[in-house]
Amino acid sequence: MKVERKCKIVSKEQMGDAIYMTLECGDMVRTSFKGPGQFVHIKCGEGLLLRRPISVCSCQEDEPEDLLSIVFEVRGEGTQWLANRPAGHTLDVMGLLGNGFSMNPDGRYLLVGGGIGIPPMRGCAQYTQGRSTAILGGRSKDKIILKDCFEDECAKVLVATDDGSLGYHGFVDALVRQELSEDKGYDAVLACGPKPMLRNVAKVAEEFGVPCQVSMEERMGCGIGACLVCVCDMKDGSRKHVCKNGPVFDSKEVDWDA
Amino acid sequence: MPEVDLSVNLAGMTMKNPVCVASGTFGFGREYNELFDLSELGGICAKGLTLHPREGNPGPRIAETPMGILNSVGLQNPGVDAFIATELPFLRQFDVKVIANISGNTPEEYGIMCEKLAGAGVDMIEVNISCPNVKAGGLAYGTRPELAAEVTEMAKAHAGSVPVMVKLSPNVTDITEIARAVEGAGADALSLINTIRGMRIDVNTRRPILKMNTGGLSGPAVLPVAVRMVWEVAQCVKVPILGMGGVAKGEDAAQMMLAGASAVAVGTALFADPFTPIKVREGLREIAEKQGLAAVRELTGGVRPWS
Repeated sequence: MKVERKCKIVSKEQMGDAIYMTLECGDMVRTSFKGPGQFVHIKCGEGLLLRRPISVCSCQEDEPEDLLSIVFEVRGEGTQWLANRPAGHTLDVMGLLGNGFSMNPDGRYLLVGGGIGIPPMRGCAQYTQGRSTAILGGRSKDKIILKDCFEDECAKVLVATDDGSLGYHGFVDALVRQELSEDKGYDAVLACGPKPMLRNVAKVAEEFGVPCQVSMEERMGCGIGACLVCVCDMKDGSRKHVCKNGPVFDSKEVDWDA
Repeated sequence: MPEVDLSVNLAGMTMKNPVCVASGTFGFGREYNELFDLSELGGICAKGLTLHPREGNPGPRIAETPMGILNSVGLQNPGVDAFIATELPFLRQFDVKVIANISGNTPEEYGIMCEKLAGAGVDMIEVNISCPNVKAGGLAYGTRPELAAEVTEMAKAHAGSVPVMVKLSPNVTDITEIARAVEGAGADALSLINTIRGMRIDVNTRRPILKMNTGGLSGPAVLPVAVRMVWEVAQCVKVPILGMGGVAKGEDAAQMMLAGASAVAVGTALFADPFTPIKVREGLREIAEKQGLAAVRELTGGVRPWS
């Protein structure tokens, strides 16, 4: 059962260009957690009609209230409003929405996050309790956020930057290729990031015959699957909806040429 | 003080309260039913149906605008047969009136759909002649009185005893002309307004936000336009009106009713707050109580225009 809750901001922290916010969310995690990779839909002030969908970075059942953290960048008016909320204020949050990554807690996964797509992969790392490998990518080293957390929560962490300021000089798909050729033990590749990155990662996974799930982004309306605006074109010609059918899709089902 | 009577009658269909949800904003109710009991509503205008399934337009399909949104969904739906087979039985579990919304490419398609839906037992059929997001049919029927009348006649001829409500487009010079034409063709009720055509451009990429370039504007931004059109139409037809366009609170609904609507529909405001329809209902109740009305339907047509 998805819910709408008044959630108190417990803490807020600047992390490069991103903001890391932890919320008290009542029984939201207990009642609607389906797997890492879900999102929350947050009302950002009275002047804006549409809520802003933001991926969950990590969440846990807790007493007296469940906790969830989100990480976002200021992209416009809505996220600016959100960034300005101080700790102690409350937010109107719908969640947890969508389907997360389909994972086995005993599995071992290759997690790939690009830019602001890094934080949603953290829940996947925690879910597999240190067994997975993370590949984090970004334009430059200041975009590689949460690296310390991933190092604590993964067996191995690799970094790629477009400008070479940290780790491998290039894109994450090169590291995915390297990792999949050296290590045949991954159950799947799980990825979140910009669409061109997802397409390239999916291509490499397919070459190696490893299943791949991708978290997609689209302009969203209701957030629950009723208004049908957040479309994702599928290979079979159908148009699915990121909020309800996703945001995570099997990469082989997505029409990457759309 | 006795309870205010919230019930209203729309072309012979009695609803326990005047608050419906607008077609295209509520799917077939399954999603919102996870948040509240659908029986709280007066009626549900279900997602627009076509004779055959449609995948709709490419994305992006939505753009935010000042106090509104533009959409270009393009009637994505599973088709009328799938609605009858799987969605209608679901909706029938609730104490709520079910209004099927249909769009056709030809008058004949409207007739076929009406026959199927009347046979399946919906409470009302809303004939959409005003979708701005599809190439064939759609808006064309809604902007020419003779075509609007032809579609209405066809729907009426095949709907049996199920009342037919025609949904009007605001994208016309004179909405009363179309209203009179469809009333003359036998429409039992009118719903208005559909979305207003609009456009938003990203100044950096110089691309429209919507992949279809233009879309339909809805939300609080359109409320005054909708109230004005309901008022104009109410003065020139005798059939009841379902008022919609920007309704987000009780006061908005009261404006619609004072302008001449018998009932109202909430749409886009659902996206900001999924509980809006219930809040609108309670807001209407409060207004009626404060004004000492025995029934909320006493608001209908009660505007006192300056002479």
